[in-house]
Amino acid sequence: MIDRKKSPAIHDAVEFDLRLKPCEQFTLDNGVPVYAVNAGEQEVLMIELVFYAGNWYEQQNIVAATTNFLLKNGTTNKAALALNEHFEFHGAYLNRHCYNETATLTLHCLNKHLPKLLPAVAEILAESVFPAEELAIYKQNQKQRLEVNLKKCDFIANRLIDEYLFGIEHPYGKYTSTADYDALEREQLVEFYSQYYAKGKCMVFAAGKLPADIAQQLNAAFGHLPFNTQPMPVVEHITKPAAEKKYQVTNDTAGVQAAIRIAQPFPNRHHPDFIKVQVLNNIFGGFFGSRLMSNIREDKGYTYGIHSYLQNHIQQSAWMISTEAGRDVCAATVAEVYKEMERLREELIEKEELDLVRNYMMGSILGDLDGPFQIISRWKNYVLNNLTDAYFYNNLQTIRSITAEELQELARKYLVPEAFYELTVV
Amino acid sequence: MITYNRFVLDNGLRVLVHEDAATPMAVVNIMYDVGARDENPAQTGFAHLFEHLMFGGSIHIPDYDEPLQRAGGENNAYTTNDLTNYYCQLPVQNLETAFWLESDRMLSLAFSKKSLDVQRKVVCEEFKEHYINKPYGDAWHKMRHLAYTTHPYKWMTIGDELSHIENAALDDVKNFFFRHYRPINAILVVAGNVKTEEVKRLAEKWFGDIPMGEKYVRNLTQEPVQTAGRRLEVEADVPLNAFYKTWHMDSRLSKGYYAADLITEILGGGASARLHHSLVKEQKLFSNLECYHFGTMDPGLVTIEGKLVKGVNTSDAEKAIEEELEKIKTDLVSEAELQKVKNKTESIIAFEDMSVMSRANSLAFYELTGNAALINEELAKYQQVTTEEIRDYSRKIFDAANSNTLYYNSKN
Repeated sequence: MIDRKKSPAIHDAVEFDLRLKPCEQFTLDNGVPVYAVNAGEQEVLMIELVFYAGNWYEQQNIVAATTNFLLKNGTTNKAALALNEHFEFHGAYLNRHCYNETATLTLHCLNKHLPKLLPAVAEILAESVFPAEELAIYKQNQKQRLEVNLKKCDFIANRLIDEYLFGIEHPYGKYTSTADYDALEREQLVEFYSQYYAKGKCMVFAAGKLPADIAQQLNAAFGHLPFNTQPMPVVEHITKPAAEKKYQVTNDTAGVQAAIRIAQPFPNRHHPDFIKVQVLNNIFGGFFGSRLMSNIREDKGYTYGIHSYLQNHIQQSAWMISTEAGRDVCAATVAEVYKEMERLREELIEKEELDLVRNYMMGSILGDLDGPFQIISRWKNYVLNNLTDAYFYNNLQTIRSITAEELQELARKYLVPEAFYELTVV
Repeated sequence: MITYNRFVLDNGLRVLVHEDAATPMAVVNIMYDVGARDENPAQTGFAHLFEHLMFGGSIHIPDYDEPLQRAGGENNAYTTNDLTNYYCQLPVQNLETAFWLESDRMLSLAFSKKSLDVQRKVVCEEFKEHYINKPYGDAWHKMRHLAYTTHPYKWMTIGDELSHIENAALDDVKNFFFRHYRPINAILVVAGNVKTEEVKRLAEKWFGDIPMGEKYVRNLTQEPVQTAGRRLEVEADVPLNAFYKTWHMDSRLSKGYYAADLITEILGGGASARLHHSLVKEQKLFSNLECYHFGTMDPGLVTIEGKLVKGVNTSDAEKAIEEELEKIKTDLVSEAELQKVKNKTESIIAFEDMSVMSRANSLAFYELTGNAALINEELAKYQQVTTEEIRDYSRKIFDAANSNTLYYNSKN
């Protein structure tokens, strides 16, 4: 008979020699840098073009996101339908996303169709026209979508907490109103596109089972475009955190749950505490076995889920605790969050718990390195944040070696209630 | 081509092994042949509640998550109307930890009262978060009851009402477990950097002595053929009028499924799809419009749902949808349009196959349908669908007598 109470021997993941697959680098004729990871078994790949075209650079609210959204909606020679049909006929996905500093255009496709698709991506980046009709439809539909979202307590809470942390004028803190959509003009998009896409600052990330001639294909499609020829404007935004720390908002008097956000400003990845705090954050609320989850979900049943994390910003981050809890247990939930902060300040983390988190984090990184898209995504993060793979190995070393005393010191430095904004939205 | 080896333990547990030396990880996936359709109508939401209880400790191991995390692993689970799936991924060196954990909870849960008390609350919060405290959150609850009069697909996996979860008793939970969570009703898939011989040894060691259990024979009353269209109109505190319509389609394993899947792609897949182009972009009747299907094991539903542009009359918008459907029922789609959705399907399959977890999950699913080999035959089935079949199947399903229409109106 086997002894089912006894766990099989475990190989500690902290002992694993994790390696980040190196990223190939080359430049196109116009100086655009390309970062490429050639890996994977399936005949698929991803090409991502990153532009410095986030809301950091817009003069008026939502211009950056709208420009990004409407990239696919018409070029000099092709209407939106023809463009979409071209990509969809080849089983490809062309997605676009607008962030704060950057905005992206991402192609996922089967390798065999790449030669048909790259020229169409290039056409979008050279000849988008932003038809007035497309903008009108977009404005109408986005306003309607906003109206539905404004009914959701979590949506409201996400907007407000960012406003408190960074200020409504800051790209990380601002949000959109119906009036912002109404104020959009086609000319603004055309101008933003010209400066930040067509003649913008571009870099390319490629991953998958890359064809041998990937460099030639990329160069033929994008190497002649006027990217990276003009200097980027230097734009500075100052954060203006709110003076008041505690807020209670009623959005829906009949709501049965409250969205809770507790957050404080936190430095970016270059700060020496950032990597160490990632370990502390994991223990606090960063994974299913975290203290917040174990206490507030698994012991008390107040919520379906509670998480803490460091926001993924380049200039300045924030440490955020986020949950939706029953309206009647909302105050109790908030109290328990502060209790868990107190425990981390007052009591040393026991070896067993710390070892578990070390192994969990290492295993999680190992799993996360599995596949070309995951690897390039890590590289992209380093490039955009002006880091190198030293950050990766530094991170591993910190996970292996950080002590309970260091973690307690960090908790005493950061996990203090006075430092946090606290918001509940019903 | 996804390769695998298959064997069956003496207690009936089916085991499939997919070897992939390119990954440092192993995936252990256990699919149980039980979903929300197998619930008692007075005790709905049990299959899903179980998904939570399965993490509340098993007979010899007080906590499932902790040892797995210590082994560098992560896990999750999901429940559908048809099945329940548990999966974990961990460094392959620690594969046996997953066998130890999964086999103990198949042997027996701990059935702690505390775990049940807490998880009832957690599921109630999940219910509120997704279905009560969200605009339009109850639309599918209403639509399922409209479209199904008899079949248990008439309730959602989360449960038909909160009280069914709130009243779940420990004895009911135990009965449900020993009826469904037995080796004879389960499929184990192990994938990643593993060897079949080693998996065989571990499977025998950890799962071999679990009592077989009784084969669960599903005997559901099938939904009678719908002979007249049904309509429902509701009002709620939402900002926009919304429109939902469903039609009954064939079951997952029938030929019609592949036609239905391609039809929903032609109508609703992507920005070049017919409904989006005609009704959102050209006629500006909807601010968004989707077409998709529930590819369930028993006959499912094709659905079109969207929110109306303010000021548009819902019945005018419905008429415009009917006109689009009339086209696909009357005229053959072009070869190019059919090729487009086939290409898309090929692409979807290739991207899904990138992840070893997704491959393990698919293998379990096809084994559950009765034949794991189907995993490599799907694309060919799509390729065989003709433009005539698209037209004929559209005629078959998009019939007023086969339809259920829900107007979800704004009170304001």
